[in-house]
Amino acid sequence: MTAPAARIGIVTFPGSLDDRDAARAVSLAGAEPVSLWHADRDLRGVDAVILPGGFSYGDYLRCGAIARFSPVMSELVPAARAGLPVLGICNGFQVLCESHLLPGALTRNASLHFVCRDQRLRIEQPATAWTNGYTPGQEVVIPLKSGEGRYVADAETLAGLESRGGVVARYVGGAPNGAANDIAGISNEAGNVVGLMPHPEHAADPLTGPTTDGLAFFTSVLALSTATA
Amino acid sequence: MIDTVARAVATPDQPQPYAELGLNDEEYARIRAILGRRPTSAELAIYSVMWSEHCSYKSSRRHLKQFGDKAPASDALLVGMGENAGVVDVGGGYAVTFKIESHNHPSYVEPHQGAATGVGGIVRDILAMGARPVAVMDALRFGAADAPDTSRVLPGVVEGISAYGNCLGLPNIGGEVAFDPTYAGNPLVNALCVGVMRHEDIQRAAAPGPGNKVVLFGGPTGPDGIGGASVLASATFDDTSAAKRPSVQVGDPFMEKLLIECCMELYAAGLVVGVQDLGAAGVSCATTELAAAGTGGMRVVLDDVPLRDHRLTPEEILMSESQERMMAVVAPGDVDAFLAVCARWDVPATVLGDVDDGGRLVMTWRGETVVDIPPRTAADEGPLYDRPYARPADLDAIRADDPAALARPSGGAALRAEVLRVLADPSIADKSWVTAQYDRYVLGDTVLAMPDDAGVLRIGGGPRGVALATDGNGRYTRLDPYDGARLALAEAYRNVAAAGARPLAVTNCLNFGSPEDPGVMWQFERAVTGLADGCQALGVPVTGGNVSFYNQTGETPIHPTPVIGVLGVLDDVARRTAIGFTGDGDELWLLGTTRDELGGSAWASVVHGHLGGRPPAVDLDAERALAEVLIAAASGGLLTAAHDLSDGGLAVALAESCLRGGHGCRVGLADPFTGLFSESAARAVVAVAPADAAAFAGLCRTNGVPAARVGAVGGDALTVDGAFDIPLEELRAAHTGALPALFG
Repeated sequence: MTAPAARIGIVTFPGSLDDRDAARAVSLAGAEPVSLWHADRDLRGVDAVILPGGFSYGDYLRCGAIARFSPVMSELVPAARAGLPVLGICNGFQVLCESHLLPGALTRNASLHFVCRDQRLRIEQPATAWTNGYTPGQEVVIPLKSGEGRYVADAETLAGLESRGGVVARYVGGAPNGAANDIAGISNEAGNVVGLMPHPEHAADPLTGPTTDGLAFFTSVLALSTATA
Repeated sequence: MIDTVARAVATPDQPQPYAELGLNDEEYARIRAILGRRPTSAELAIYSVMWSEHCSYKSSRRHLKQFGDKAPASDALLVGMGENAGVVDVGGGYAVTFKIESHNHPSYVEPHQGAATGVGGIVRDILAMGARPVAVMDALRFGAADAPDTSRVLPGVVEGISAYGNCLGLPNIGGEVAFDPTYAGNPLVNALCVGVMRHEDIQRAAAPGPGNKVVLFGGPTGPDGIGGASVLASATFDDTSAAKRPSVQVGDPFMEKLLIECCMELYAAGLVVGVQDLGAAGVSCATTELAAAGTGGMRVVLDDVPLRDHRLTPEEILMSESQERMMAVVAPGDVDAFLAVCARWDVPATVLGDVDDGGRLVMTWRGETVVDIPPRTAADEGPLYDRPYARPADLDAIRADDPAALARPSGGAALRAEVLRVLADPSIADKSWVTAQYDRYVLGDTVLAMPDDAGVLRIGGGPRGVALATDGNGRYTRLDPYDGARLALAEAYRNVAAAGARPLAVTNCLNFGSPEDPGVMWQFERAVTGLADGCQALGVPVTGGNVSFYNQTGETPIHPTPVIGVLGVLDDVARRTAIGFTGDGDELWLLGTTRDELGGSAWASVVHGHLGGRPPAVDLDAERALAEVLIAAASGGLLTAAHDLSDGGLAVALAESCLRGGHGCRVGLADPFTGLFSESAARAVVAVAPADAAAFAGLCRTNGVPAARVGAVGGDALTVDGAFDIPLEELRAAHTGALPALFG
């Protein structure tokens, strides 16, 4: 008997840009993408949620600072604390930090310029909902495109992240944005909430991406939902 | 006091500041004749902006007519010139609309906002055609790279494009960055946008149907870009309202992103009868053009325009160039649904008035009539000039200064040094410093982007795709405007074909000095004629474009710089060709004929600071044949790489392909200097797997394209037999180091 495809919700905030791309990657991974609207207090019973890249509400204030107050987040935050897998990509990572589902913050790149490049990353932590398809230390190439991608946190938080294996991915060859400890992505302690600055959804289709290295983020969560079903 | 129509009738002799608004005596007299009275100050505001060079094309229209008169027969053209942008059929029920537009002067005054709002403006043009905007490109030209002012203008322009385009979620897939002292006081910022729709979704800028409602939606109206209106205010009103106004508009890309999504939903729901974006001349332009193209009449309550600054006068509202605004004509029964979609996207929307069939555009303010004009007289029946033109006196001397007299390198070491010098020239060097600030991935359909020859996008989920390239060469056009325009067209056409796409249509941005200078007007007439003739010969129609005059500092005009955009289509976008060398052992074939042609070349400019002689000869039959080979070879899977030859000739093409693919190459050239630096047109270099070489050579023979095997891909150096070799690391350092060294 074939199990019904996992349903993965993708939130659209005003100013979300990579929402269709995340949906495409979810489809490529074999799951069903479900659109979630920022103004609805409704997660539509999805098995996991992606907060996509973009400039929510224009990001004229701190990135993600307004999005965290949107109605959909009032549903998402308790669900994530209860174990729902959530992946925040770029602006989504910023929203997760602003929502305190993840520690630290993302600030202006050290160069003060937006940076778009094919970025080499090392997967440091495969024991999360979104990275279990990778091997420890695996190197991947995934597009990075952000102006405020410099991860910062106080020394205690950084030490805590490092000691509990909370760093999910690190920039190889130095952080192009000045991120602390070359951090590209982190998870919460339970491993169900992951924030990632680079865009795995843009490394899922060989025709348009530099690689297909990003696809495993989306298949990882399926493996998890199958295993726990 | 409000300058009403009644007051205008009662005070016929009141002096009006028409000259300060850019209207001459005859134009002002004509307005009075049309109206049978003096215009109100609001009417004067409308005519002054609508009859400006920018909006009316009064100096250029006579010449631009050639694009229509000489247009080649094309089944692909769904909407021609005259609308916001032309629309091209790309097959499978899909239509593509694209256009390039200048924002030169604002980008010099305030580089960040000037360039940002240039992107915003062209995106709304595409949106107004009913299409979803899917990508942007930028053709940029600055003064000398090491001039102090360039370090103000360039970073600001790039940051403006980056901030606006990235926030809008449109991939930036290509364009140009070039430097020349001629652009020092006049940078060229030409922005292109491309959009995709189904055939049945094409929208028109017209207001038909008496009783239909006129809705203004988008951002509120503020005192942006209304330097001119303050003249009116101070002449008619007390001085308090004539506060200093910014002359450059300020952009809000977030609002524009909401406008895009809002329009997509409005179009899909069939809630729009006609639509127009608000750009230059704002409400004046949208109301007069919609009314003129529709049933002919419209009534508007100006008090209902949502304002960011409540002190604005009617004249200022009419002239404001506030960004992120659109105007729609909506059936009365659809107004509630229309406003609901806008509310869902947090886009403010206001009903301003009605369409009628009275043949007049009537506007009221505080209950009194301040505008009552026949809209066509402002929108379509502006002045038309036949400016005198004459061949510039210095042209013969420049052409006589032949590059044959320039010292050429003697020996391999000297040639090697000049190759590295040309590669490190800012106009030739790697542009990652600029392009890394642009998002090229968003929307997930970018198949190729800079530094490839053309930007290539998948459309409709594939396999179909489109390719776009923009090119221009001010040096060639200075030497010969007729051939310079044809060379720019040929290069863009060749770039699209090198990516594997069949060229279909053309857009153009014509950047020139003052049309009141007969020498400039001659350059303009020659360039337009060359472009129209070239399009006819290549079978690709012009679908739209833009003219930018008055690009000059004092009496000195810029090099005449037509920038040409060509759109092509691929049946299977997976068959596109990239520039990077990827396979060791692949054969390198040089296509076309190389002559000793160095007039206007990068080598003459970089090594000798020389501009003289004649540009390369134009052979459009050869361009067509070359394109046939490139397209057929791509679709047959015969090529592993292809790169057009243009600025810097074979030397630059080989270096770029080596660096892009991370593979070296070895070539043998009978005359290494000419072989490397000649800029003969109708040429490309391609890489072919040995197993495909015979088939490829046959294809070239069939099409009559000269083809010579000049070497092979391999190794970790660029090697020219008997002359030099340059390790890729050294090549890369020269090519990629230039812009970071200048701009940080």
